[in-house]
Amino acid sequence: MSAISSLRDLTYERQLTIRQRKGRVLEVIAFFSILLGIAILLTLLIDVFLDGLPWLHPRLFTEFPSRFPEKAGLRSALQGSIWLMVFTALMAIPIGVGAGIYLEEFAPKNRLTEFIEINIANLAGVPSIIYGLLGLGLFVRGLGLGRSLLAGALTMTLLVLPIIIVTTREAIRAVPRSIRLAALALGANEWETARDHVLAYSMPAILTGVILAMSRAIGETAPLITIGALTYIAFDLRGPLDIFTVLPIQIFNWVSLPQKDFQNLAAAGIIVLLALLLSMNAIAIWLRNRLFIRW
Amino acid sequence: MNENHQVILETRNLNIYYGNFQAVANVNLQIPRHKITAIIGPSGCGKSTLLRSFNRMNELVPSARTEGEILFNNENIYDPSIDPVEVRRRIGMVFQKPNPFPKSIYENIAWGLRINGFRGSKSDLDNLVEEALRDAALWDEVKDKLDQSGLSLSGGQQQRLCIARTIALRPEVILMDEPASALDPIATLRIEELMQELKNNYTIIIVTHNMQQAARVSDYTAMMMLLNHEERVGTVIEFDRTKTIFTNPKDKRTEDYVTGRFG
Amino acid sequence: MIRNRKVLEKKIVVAVIFFFALISVFTTFGIIGVLIQETILFFQQVSIIEFLTGTRWTPLFATKKFGVLPLVNGTVLVASGAMFIALPLGLLAAIYMSEYASPKARTVLKPFLEVLAGIPTVVYGYFALLFVTPILKSIFPQTQSFNGLSASIVMGFMILPTVASISEDALSAVPRSLREAAYALGATKAEVATQVVIPAALSGIAAAFILAISRAIGETMIVAIAAGQQPKMTLNPLESIETMTAYIVQVSLGDTPHQSIAYQTIFAVGMLLFVMTLVMNIISYFFTKRFREVYE
Repeated sequence: MSAISSLRDLTYERQLTIRQRKGRVLEVIAFFSILLGIAILLTLLIDVFLDGLPWLHPRLFTEFPSRFPEKAGLRSALQGSIWLMVFTALMAIPIGVGAGIYLEEFAPKNRLTEFIEINIANLAGVPSIIYGLLGLGLFVRGLGLGRSLLAGALTMTLLVLPIIIVTTREAIRAVPRSIRLAALALGANEWETARDHVLAYSMPAILTGVILAMSRAIGETAPLITIGALTYIAFDLRGPLDIFTVLPIQIFNWVSLPQKDFQNLAAAGIIVLLALLLSMNAIAIWLRNRLFIRW
Repeated sequence: MNENHQVILETRNLNIYYGNFQAVANVNLQIPRHKITAIIGPSGCGKSTLLRSFNRMNELVPSARTEGEILFNNENIYDPSIDPVEVRRRIGMVFQKPNPFPKSIYENIAWGLRINGFRGSKSDLDNLVEEALRDAALWDEVKDKLDQSGLSLSGGQQQRLCIARTIALRPEVILMDEPASALDPIATLRIEELMQELKNNYTIIIVTHNMQQAARVSDYTAMMMLLNHEERVGTVIEFDRTKTIFTNPKDKRTEDYVTGRFG
Repeated sequence: MIRNRKVLEKKIVVAVIFFFALISVFTTFGIIGVLIQETILFFQQVSIIEFLTGTRWTPLFATKKFGVLPLVNGTVLVASGAMFIALPLGLLAAIYMSEYASPKARTVLKPFLEVLAGIPTVVYGYFALLFVTPILKSIFPQTQSFNGLSASIVMGFMILPTVASISEDALSAVPRSLREAAYALGATKAEVATQVVIPAALSGIAAAFILAISRAIGETMIVAIAAGQQPKMTLNPLESIETMTAYIVQVSLGDTPHQSIAYQTIFAVGMLLFVMTLVMNIISYFFTKRFREVYE
């Protein structure tokens, strides 16, 4: 009776059913790709927790590494990681945010600026171990800093700079023009506008980038191995020129040992590392929310 | 409405929502076959939303919801058993801004045929492509460069390519959403001439905010207005022969609008 | 005057942050300088032909051979295995995110992928060696304790979020008008995704793929932990091999006196690695640029 029915083309209908079925297959496969990724993530976490939890003991935080797994701890590695983080942050944040502000607010549109931009894009893709070789040649040997925490922090600074610069730029770009114009109209110059308004407005987003960069730094292993951060340190860190080790290196060291106990100790170390990462991110979210409210 | 004409599309108590917000309320229209029907009205009154409900394009917006019925040859296209893909294959659409695929001119037309089950020979396909381009009055301009990108054409040519790609599927209805608003006057004129030719074989519904255009090209006109300015709900306040709408409207608001006294 | 002080402050600040921006340029020059300096010393003792074409790599042994191909072989073997996982799964994940997932599903799924991308690589190494390898051993008894396959698998999942996220950006950047055009012709959702959106986003997807390959080649800790330290020309993923990055780690862990040839080898290998990733980053950069020119 009805016209869609009268026009009904059975071949078309059959084909459409097949086409829609193919579409469903694609959707299901695509969904399972994500699910597979998530499943691997959960498997990894569960595996690490099952292996490591029995070894997660307060001793881990108070003892130095040892030849005996039941006596070994992460004391020096934790100190190294935290101080490395502090020094890296002290250098990388002002430099990265400053460079981001420059490129977004002050840089003239010329060859040099374009060159700097291409440079940063490229540096973000350079393998981290190459930064290790740079640190080894430049800071450890060239500047004679030795295998010190400072050499490590300088290396890490260069490694995370592109991340901070890129996120700072994106954050600044998101600031409405009206805010800039309002400040300029009040007689502020470009720097005052950037400092008091643009930066304040984009602070939460910049902070996210900074945390991202610091998370990257705290988990990095390869460049620090290359500059010669040690795996066995049995004394407290006294200053930036001391030799040092960090959590991931200690974990790497324990994983590489053949004894099962040390490998479980490595899993416990991973739990500590992940907890550190998690709390850094939690602090970032908390800070970001606070900043948002203030604005 | 004049009963001489066969009705191809009919809306019954059509209400369209985006989330909690109602965009179009209570539309009851009967669109005659092989005529050009214009939908006019001030901007933001739901013209495009109404047009897009005819081929279920609104559903691409996740929050969109449609209530009521739209009968296409007396069958409700919103019936749960009907696949929107089939509706769109029978009710084609041309958009405000020309949107050819970033493929060759030839492929722009062949693609729709192929996904819709064309299984013939290359020469059959060539013929169908040529026919569509001829029907869209584009063949003479592009016959020597079929393998060039559709994006290499001028705006007006791109829009005719989009029309060609639509009529290649031989739909029954072509929806046009301000098809000439991005074009210059000459290109606009060509599209309007083309519409007059197409109406012999197709039913056309066109949204336009250009009243002269509506008066020039359409046989019937639906006048839309906001029912309520606070909530911005639009509806059709009057539907009649275009001539009547422009010379002797029944609704005061229509008169104000077509004579330019509105807003 | 206040005005002068303000102008001066601005000038100083801009000069300082300009210098900060220049640090990125210094970094690049620093990398190239350090690598070249040691590489030159290396090539004064080893012929570049032997380095690039030799098939034996034994710089730490008594009879030293400096053919880098076994390391390249190991790197390419592991990276291609990882790509078998990361590219298809990453692209499919991107398709799901941009074409199928409801906004709600996206907000639930995305953080998982971000966490997957944020886990330190040493953790992945642990997982490869102590979880994946035992499973492989139970399936293929001939699997060696250190093998390329476990590193490949884990690396693939590590890189998946990168591919997914960059590809998704590319897919989402395809204008809505193109999708609508396809839907209006009676295309199904899958046809729109595979025949219109993906071709339109192809250069963006290509950029994501190349970046992923570059990441896989440069990845260090997974292979250093799980793939072994035996440079060899094998295509068997179940055997112990060594990658370029793992070799650099191996030498760094030992007490190699600088000035020694072993010390210089890591810079020569690093140079090769740098050039390989640089070429890929540049290609990826141009793909991204082309994509932006078309759609942004």
